[in-house]
Amino acid sequence: MSDHRINRRDFLKCAGALAAASCLPVSTVELAFADPRENFTFAYISDAHLQLISGTKFVRNWDRGLIRAVAETNLLDPKPDFVVFGGDLAQLALKEELDHGAEMLSKLQVKVHHVMGEHDYYLDLGEYWSKLFGPQYYSWDHKGVHFVVLNSILTYDDWTFNRWPTAKQRMLEMAGLDNPNGSPFMVGEKQREWLRQDLSKVKKDTPLVVFSHSPIQKIYKGWNFWTEDAEEVQALLKPFSDVTVIYGHVHQIQYNQIGNISFHAVMATAWPWPYPQTYAQAEQYLPKLTVPMNRANPFFERDATGWQMIDIDSGRAAMNYNLYNNARRTVAFNPKTRQPEDKVFQDPERRIPPQTHF
Amino acid sequence: MSIKIAGAFVLAAVAVAVIWGGLAVRAEEFTKEDLERWQNEYMSVVAKGRELWTSPTLGTNGVACAQCHPNAANTHPETYPKFQQQLGKVIALRDMINWCLRNPLEGAPLELDDPNMIALEAYIAYERRGVELAPGKH
Repeated sequence: MSDHRINRRDFLKCAGALAAASCLPVSTVELAFADPRENFTFAYISDAHLQLISGTKFVRNWDRGLIRAVAETNLLDPKPDFVVFGGDLAQLALKEELDHGAEMLSKLQVKVHHVMGEHDYYLDLGEYWSKLFGPQYYSWDHKGVHFVVLNSILTYDDWTFNRWPTAKQRMLEMAGLDNPNGSPFMVGEKQREWLRQDLSKVKKDTPLVVFSHSPIQKIYKGWNFWTEDAEEVQALLKPFSDVTVIYGHVHQIQYNQIGNISFHAVMATAWPWPYPQTYAQAEQYLPKLTVPMNRANPFFERDATGWQMIDIDSGRAAMNYNLYNNARRTVAFNPKTRQPEDKVFQDPERRIPPQTHF
Repeated sequence: MSIKIAGAFVLAAVAVAVIWGGLAVRAEEFTKEDLERWQNEYMSVVAKGRELWTSPTLGTNGVACAQCHPNAANTHPETYPKFQQQLGKVIALRDMINWCLRNPLEGAPLELDDPNMIALEAYIAYERRGVELAPGKH
């Protein structure tokens, strides 16, 4: 995480200057005159999949992933401005699982913004989640950047309301990633209209960062690495000069550039997923730009899981992947090529054998 | 030669005579219907394997194989037997299935000839159909 060390040095320098206005702690008041080119960081933790066994027993493996992410995030110095939890806190949207997760996340020392995942939703359609964490889509401004959270894991009404005899079965059907009875994710018309109105108040040169659970791009439909109305959402983001979309769900490093929009996926704390090209029967479109993470070694329980620290530099994201059993990776926007690139491995000559998935 | 053994010889001779006489099927003759039936037999075991693959009760903690391996991806059946570097020896795919049952699923390993083991292997291989054999590949 060499970038973070640089930030830390800058921060210390800044702290030494004491009175420098740009070093003051962030407040809601300060946002009005914040310098949009000010760098800041936030942490991103996602896909914990806390899974109830029975009573008060949870799957130990998944618990450990989130506990570690929270503990390490709290050790960051300087502290990140905020934390985003990217969805799938629970495995089957049970109150016990969401409560368990809320308790673990309550140890974070900075504000947490929540994104809805399908594993949090399809039991009670997000009712209990909303009681704990608030609205399912919303926006805010921070140091000159406009942040938007979307609930991208909605689907066709017919599937949600008419297909399944019980809520529990609906949840189980959506929880199976490769379940052919599942249904494609979408943002939906109502939320797109909200987004259109929300963005109409934002200047086109304001850096925009959008958080969703599913990729707002189409990679592989069979595992819902996919959002059905991705193009419609992208069209709403198109008028802005600097757009970054950060998503969970895929449990792996992915990145892409479509027009002015940079896409980044985040790691899960629970377990890694295979890249879709490893499923021999799949027709899939993993972005060519992506240099995959190393193949997971199952004998290291936390391998190919982790969390990320994200630098926002001039409104563009640098993803610092903190990988528990692997060398860290940094994927950052390259202003020359105008796309996200891995700081070490982007050149095909520099790739290493574990990055080959088959 | 005892009477019993002599009797057995007589029975065997009768059996051979019956088969030679054309009452039984010829070993290498089969019909389209046979092929279909055999494939269906295999697919019924594949379906059983898929059911086990997605079952929360195969282990003890509710975790299913499919949670980490959707469509049995990243199991690489075409590479086994291979040197499993973490174990320091050449093993079969079924040894890795049992490793997963014991570790992420916190369950008990299956006997190597357990019908459930055969079903899991049948499902894994089916999802990997069309991929070239690559024994030993890491």
